[in-house]
Amino acid sequence: MFGGDGSPARHTEEIRERMRLMKVSTLQRRAQQSDRELYNLGITFTVYSDRNAIDRVLPFDVIPRVISRDDWHHIEQGCIQRVAALNHFLHDLYHEQRILEDGVVPAELVLRNPNYRPEMSGLDLPHGTYVPICGIDLVRDGKGVFRVLEDNARTPSGVSYVVENRHLMMRAFPDLTDKVGLRQVSDYGMHLQNALAEIAPPGVDDPKVVLMSPGVFNSAYFEHVFLAREMGIPLVEGRDLVVEDDCVFMKTTGGLRRVDVIYRRVDDAFLDPEEFNPESLLGVPGLFRAYRAGRVSLANAVGTGVADDKAVYAYMPRIVRYYLGEDPILQNVETHLCREREGLTYTLAHLNELVVKPVGESGGYGVVVGPKATRAELEACRARLEENPSNYISQPMIDLSVCPTLIDGSIEPRHVDLRPYIVTGKKSWVLPGGLTRVALRKGSLVVNSSQGGGTKDTWVLE
Amino acid sequence: MERAENLARILEVNETFARDERGANDWLPILKLHRDEDPFFHRYERATSEGVVRFYIIDAENPNSIISSVRAARENARSIRHLTSLETWVQLNVFYNWVASLTTRNLRLSELARLCGRIKEGVQLHSGIVTGTLYRDQVWSFYRLGVFTELADQVTRLVDIKYHALLPSWKDVGSPVDIAQWNALLRSASAYHGYRRVFPSGMTPTTVAGFILLDPRFPRSLPHCVSHIEAALDGLLADDDLKDISFPRDSLEALKALTARSPDDVIASGLHEYVDDVQVALLDLGAKVASTFF
Repeated sequence: MFGGDGSPARHTEEIRERMRLMKVSTLQRRAQQSDRELYNLGITFTVYSDRNAIDRVLPFDVIPRVISRDDWHHIEQGCIQRVAALNHFLHDLYHEQRILEDGVVPAELVLRNPNYRPEMSGLDLPHGTYVPICGIDLVRDGKGVFRVLEDNARTPSGVSYVVENRHLMMRAFPDLTDKVGLRQVSDYGMHLQNALAEIAPPGVDDPKVVLMSPGVFNSAYFEHVFLAREMGIPLVEGRDLVVEDDCVFMKTTGGLRRVDVIYRRVDDAFLDPEEFNPESLLGVPGLFRAYRAGRVSLANAVGTGVADDKAVYAYMPRIVRYYLGEDPILQNVETHLCREREGLTYTLAHLNELVVKPVGESGGYGVVVGPKATRAELEACRARLEENPSNYISQPMIDLSVCPTLIDGSIEPRHVDLRPYIVTGKKSWVLPGGLTRVALRKGSLVVNSSQGGGTKDTWVLE
Repeated sequence: MERAENLARILEVNETFARDERGANDWLPILKLHRDEDPFFHRYERATSEGVVRFYIIDAENPNSIISSVRAARENARSIRHLTSLETWVQLNVFYNWVASLTTRNLRLSELARLCGRIKEGVQLHSGIVTGTLYRDQVWSFYRLGVFTELADQVTRLVDIKYHALLPSWKDVGSPVDIAQWNALLRSASAYHGYRRVFPSGMTPTTVAGFILLDPRFPRSLPHCVSHIEAALDGLLADDDLKDISFPRDSLEALKALTARSPDDVIASGLHEYVDDVQVALLDLGAKVASTFF
């Protein structure tokens, strides 16, 4: 909410005025009511153990994170550009591989990547859209510049929290949200459904779209239900689908019904036991065959994981220039690849200043934050780097921007990041705002929900 | 959910009304009613009120307990959440969380009636919300099929066990203890006020059993349940998507024939056999629904 020089940012003036009229105790009380409502509504992560299903609420902070119109325009354009580059990149990797031949990206980074799917070679996708749904993680550095921390091109999640948080805010804080020029997020489902229909196999009138979930025991099941409901499409599991004559059908009480597009929240490896992991019970035998035959579309495409890899990430600025002939609108965070000699040397020389991340992990695990690590942790990290340098990248510690957050009855600054969602059919559309994740522990930079993070409502003003 | 409500009703009635000649409460019949003696005595020593109440309300290892039934309902609802109204899910979720929070402290006998009342209310609220908000398509039809199959099963089982347990010996007929037992049976089925509309005075085994099982105007009777089962099936088969499905109606016709008999006839030819026939027909119907539609 504050500008670069520490003074309150102008665009938040109206909101701060309204909040000034509210006592902290009021804020606290409404926050508790919201929590209760989240629990009752089942907007939760579910942790399944032996005989129990424990619902955990994703902590929601009631103080909104506000983004100015200009900042948003910059982010929006940058995201659209980035997704375009990702789609071009993926098309190229699964066709002529020009970028590898031109040496812009090291070939083995792609070809030896476990998420690279040679089975996708030569397959043409409608509109060349490999990533219909993308979530780009952004952070704002000490100079107020938004930078990309990570791309999520496989099964990005969290949009359900964005919409539900907004509904919660509007119910709990009508005095804050009324007539403040807040851009809506409730039409996400409509945009997504349109995009999914656009990527259907050519020649299909009125394409039938379904959402394929791993099922009730998946901790993000709430989001699957949410999305199916928002789009008015059937929610299915692998076992509800069957492939005949390379066409995909859904089992209904009235018999088999043809399916044209599948928004699948199942990982590549589990999608089709005939093609990938044979022990998968979540997939549909023959699904990939139907996909290759062009009889069904998948969102997102198979094999996109090669593009959102942490090591490939470092090459994204070059990738943007290569395909679009433009400078990247959104910069990466400065990244050193330990697989490259200079990267490793630099990293080892500045270990206590850098954040070292393993390439394959997610959820914030395996990360060593140099400035906060003990000598023993640094020594262990050094050893791991020397043993297997290709598995690591390093980045300077970003002084993440902070946002006022309600902590135990008082308002304190906490670090936040931002994940906008980009939906692409023929063209890209960016949901105004996105998911703001907040690190609830004082001083912590780790925003992941699995490690004590929460969320805030994200406001983009008109 | 029906199962949970039924249990709550039976437990409440047992506590309030079913006492033997020494005024002591006997909890063993409830175990017998549900054929739960083996599972119960496997883990509990004696059929005390504390044990039985615990077994049927908060014991998660008993698959038929209230907590287990409500959990199953909620998990089922979770998997079809997008096909039901938001209110349906929220109420079930909140209700389940409350049931899951109960401990043995909440099960004190002095509180039991109130607790059971709250459980019944939770289920009735659920029914009301579903009836008031669920879109009347296949989901509704299958839901109704389930509800009325369960109710039909419950009523036959209740009458069967109670009737034989309560068959009067020549010295008990008309005595205060006798009437109390039949009263308890009627209240277990929420049938007392209806019964009195038809039989303003007096009670015999035949009139009570006959009323509960076969009076078409009593909402838990067999004819009433079967007519709703038939309506649900007809609704399904009239659905555009299911026009071409053929459904074998023999078990439904068998059920209808069974419900057309008179109480005297049923008692005379053997209540137990009758109940068996009904339950077989219900099971058969369920199997045919599963194989036809799924």
